[in-house]
Amino acid sequence: MVAKPQVDIGEYQYGFRDEEDYVFKSGRGLTRATVEEISAMKDEPDWMRDFRLKALEHFQKRPMPNWGADLSGIDFDDIFYYIRPAEKQGKTWEEVPEYIKNTFEKLGIPEAERKFLAGVGAQYESEVIYHSLREDLEKQGVIFLDMDSGVREHPDLVKKYFGTIIPYNDNKFAALNSAVWSGGSFIYVPPGVRIDVPLQAYFRINAENMGQFERTLIIVDKDAYVHYVEGCTAPTYTTNSLHSAVVEIVVLEGGRCRYTTIQNWSKNVYNLVTKRAAAYKNATMEWVDGNLGSKVTMKYPAVWLMEEGARGEILSVAFASDGQHQDAGGKVVHVAPRTSSQIISKSISKGTGRSSYRGLVKVYKGAEEVRSNVVCDALLLDETSKTDTYPYIEVEEERASIGHEATVSKVAEEQIFYLMSRGLSEDEAMSMIVNGFIEPIAKELPLEYAVELNRLIQLEMEGSVG
Amino acid sequence: MNESNGTGTTPMFEIDNLHAEIDGKEILKGVNLVVNQGEIHALMGPNGSGKSTLAYVIAGDPRYEVTEGSIRYQGQDILEWSPDERARKGLFLAFQYPTVIPGVSMANFLRMAVTNVRNARAAEAAAEGGSAQPITPREFRRLMREKMALLKMDDAFATRYLNEGFSGGEKKRAEILQMALLEPKMAVLDETDSGLDIDALKVVSEGVNNLAGPEVGMLLITHYQRLLNFIKPDFVHIMTDGRVVESGGPELAHELEARGYEGLRSRVAEASVS
Repeated sequence: MVAKPQVDIGEYQYGFRDEEDYVFKSGRGLTRATVEEISAMKDEPDWMRDFRLKALEHFQKRPMPNWGADLSGIDFDDIFYYIRPAEKQGKTWEEVPEYIKNTFEKLGIPEAERKFLAGVGAQYESEVIYHSLREDLEKQGVIFLDMDSGVREHPDLVKKYFGTIIPYNDNKFAALNSAVWSGGSFIYVPPGVRIDVPLQAYFRINAENMGQFERTLIIVDKDAYVHYVEGCTAPTYTTNSLHSAVVEIVVLEGGRCRYTTIQNWSKNVYNLVTKRAAAYKNATMEWVDGNLGSKVTMKYPAVWLMEEGARGEILSVAFASDGQHQDAGGKVVHVAPRTSSQIISKSISKGTGRSSYRGLVKVYKGAEEVRSNVVCDALLLDETSKTDTYPYIEVEEERASIGHEATVSKVAEEQIFYLMSRGLSEDEAMSMIVNGFIEPIAKELPLEYAVELNRLIQLEMEGSVG
Repeated sequence: MNESNGTGTTPMFEIDNLHAEIDGKEILKGVNLVVNQGEIHALMGPNGSGKSTLAYVIAGDPRYEVTEGSIRYQGQDILEWSPDERARKGLFLAFQYPTVIPGVSMANFLRMAVTNVRNARAAEAAAEGGSAQPITPREFRRLMREKMALLKMDDAFATRYLNEGFSGGEKKRAEILQMALLEPKMAVLDETDSGLDIDALKVVSEGVNNLAGPEVGMLLITHYQRLLNFIKPDFVHIMTDGRVVESGGPELAHELEARGYEGLRSRVAEASVS
């Protein structure tokens, strides 16, 4: 008896693209020559070139993973593995090519930088084209560079950790990244330095069939703190692009690192990312992982709790709308006694969307008095959307306290009716319920990002009813 | 049979021969009721007589299907209007069992509700050549605090999640707060008095009386005479088995209190025989 409102399908706001005007673009497909060319262009030391080649070999041998999302749409021969958009990196936005600068203006990055960030890295295709760090932090010894500059300028520090948290043969996509990586961030926070506002990196894919393979390494020294935020978008194409990053983090004694992702790739991007942190004595690692975009995401941020008192926390939000599969979650590995962890996952599925929670809690023998708690809640917006849960728990130690709860709920008709009876449209009611559902995670974000997350969900919700 | 419609002008709110069913079961079997501006009506009746169903149907609950009859508000048939349209045009239902919306703060919810209703009102006024301003965030905060103070609600209420963990009394107050902020022209209160202690009942009644006035029509659904000691109705109706079977002045409520529904029922039966 109620006429359903007719509303437009929500459109992806960042689907625009720039004309290509590049310094270098590799051919399609991946061979040994491609890898050698990338390494040569970057003028890398031998150890890095060898690392890449070993990784390539492993990538070529390793079968496609078949235990998760459907990856049959990826054609490795069709992808461009390296694109250099500009000759050099800008220290000011004026030094960045006009059209790229305009793109980042549209994405609101320079404005956010002026308002509330301590440093910014902006990657366009394969290279970081802009980088800045607040002067006072630089004086305190904070390093915030693109990864390529990191290799050049801090070889010892990079060599000590690079590829140690995620070895090149960890999985097929980590191997691919290790072979062709370019860009990403290198961060070092010296002992006792606490960076009060976030550092942000922004990743933009522009070309069709692009493969973006950034590589990030963050080292938080004793009692230091950093909050690193990354965002990402791409144009909408009918063909597929691939984003396959590797992020390695080391948090030393008493340090704390928070890593926040607002992933908003266009719906033609395969987003297959390996993220792992090692937390040492009394250190804390927190992943806040928001996945809204992409065609397929497979990402399970991990924390290895290496020494006593270490703590790991993973907050994951996924929104799978039509045609999307968000296969996300988190992994915690308790290596040492008296370590603790928490995983909270909230997923929303709509239309033909599917969200999967995939998680692991592992407690090694000898890791006594471990505490871990996992909560995963799934919300289905309609009859067609799907959700599934794969919670793996492997405990080798008897004295461990492991909690796990999972819920699946549907938006109740009476909730919608109640809100509508107060003058909210059906769409607004739905959005409000969804935003309420993810509130426990949104409230952990800095205000600007919480607002952004809510806004993105609002966009996804448009046209969800009627 | 309804004495309030004696003026010959279009009544503000008119239910005519309303039939409604849920899951194929007919609950309302021909309800007639008229509420004019400035009038307070009480609707009483035993459990299962269809009072709450009537309230839901007025608000546009999609679970119910109207099979016959009409509801007219300001001369317009509202049955095709969605629930939000009804709210924006000035209808309000205070729910007997308000729904919990986890994670949504009272303040955020109320701001959106008030903004939507005010905007609609401003647009309507503009269309009629008048002017009314949409509410500013600042004005909203002031208004919310003022109304909360009237209902003796703590400031912390604004940051709590909508109806989550609310006691029975808090839920009822929250409903009245919503009504006070949305300033409806026609308000239906479904057993707003149930589960309230005497102090809470006074506060809630005061909230209702604050809204009441020459512009507003009200329909109070209640089991008990008790509420009517605090809110004076102009008319009282008795509903049984999906129909309004008896209408009268405030004295009808007292009679009901004295004789019970059984007593009234036998009188109605006698009347229909004679």
